[in-house]
Amino acid sequence: MSESIKKFMYLNRRAPYGTIYAWESLEVVLIGAAFDQDVSLAFLDDGVFQLVDGQDTSDSDIKNFSSTYKALGDYDVTKLYVEKESLEERGLTLDDLMPLTWEDEDDDWAEKDSIRLVSRAELADIMDEQDVHFSF
Amino acid sequence: MKFAIQVNEGPYQHQATDSAYHFTKAALAAGHEVMRVFFYHDGVNNGTCLTTPPQDDRNIVNRWSELAKAHDLDLVVCVAAAQRRGIVDEGEMQRNSKSAQNIADGFRISGLGQLIEAGVQSDRLVVFGD
Amino acid sequence: MSTLHTVNKSPFEKSSMASCLRYAKEGHSVLMYEDGVYAAVKGTAVADKLKAASGVKFYALGSDLKSRGIAEDKLLEGVEVVDYSGFVNLAAENDKVQAWV
Repeated sequence: MSESIKKFMYLNRRAPYGTIYAWESLEVVLIGAAFDQDVSLAFLDDGVFQLVDGQDTSDSDIKNFSSTYKALGDYDVTKLYVEKESLEERGLTLDDLMPLTWEDEDDDWAEKDSIRLVSRAELADIMDEQDVHFSF
Repeated sequence: MKFAIQVNEGPYQHQATDSAYHFTKAALAAGHEVMRVFFYHDGVNNGTCLTTPPQDDRNIVNRWSELAKAHDLDLVVCVAAAQRRGIVDEGEMQRNSKSAQNIADGFRISGLGQLIEAGVQSDRLVVFGD
Repeated sequence: MSTLHTVNKSPFEKSSMASCLRYAKEGHSVLMYEDGVYAAVKGTAVADKLKAASGVKFYALGSDLKSRGIAEDKLLEGVEVVDYSGFVNLAAENDKVQAWV
């Protein structure tokens, strides 16, 4: 019996480094990529901080895992929904975030943005379509 | 209905594992299947055999072990999270040259693929965290 | 799709309930349990937020209310008290579960 593909939603609501949730949830996403499901990541509340560019942990002696987000495109994880209101409430714009891209093999390997800026209302609709929600 | 449970926090520190336990028990009592309970983040600490809680309080680890035994539950502790926090079985003890193992009865250490598989195969994933 | 949202943190400690309410749509259910039950009480600073969530059904876990000394007559109108088997039913009856931790 074959299983149909499910829509997996990974909910990211916490800042990086203060707790391990951001990093360990990314580890789930990477392993999950091998299972060929339809994956989306949602970044809201403090989760938007995970994508901020210029993270430098050299003085805090914690592993800097921010470059792992850049690899997501290679794992076919291309839908990173960032909630607009959460960014604004934290004084951030898209320009503050890492430029995350993926290469679309169906479009002559054109480089496309993985970060999709959405409003709360749009993200609520996107969440409504998902089959399985992971929270960390 | 086939349930999969994810537990993100350790025993006593947060109520998450208590809630997960009571939910699991109720689901089984209602005739549902609980295909796996996956322990992640500090949740792996539910799998140590070395706790000695006070006599007048619930024994969280033993409670999970007993439920697993009674219902043939699959209690899985994530290997990466377990390595970070020192939950060790025979295999991990040998592989990482540790002086002891401490995995509790009924728990097994395995990879994150078990969580993803649970998400794929179950009808409902229920996450308990903080 | 109908979603069961679960909220287990106090609305005065964390923003989890506030975030949940932004995503709970008409026809969805919200279960408050563990410290999340404090949002179910009448007369708090968050009561209006719950009242404003139109079309959303609210539930509170009985054993967690009792542990915290919250009598059922102190709850907001419309909050239904359930036990763990009720929690299981809610998870089964809705299409999926979204945990706001």
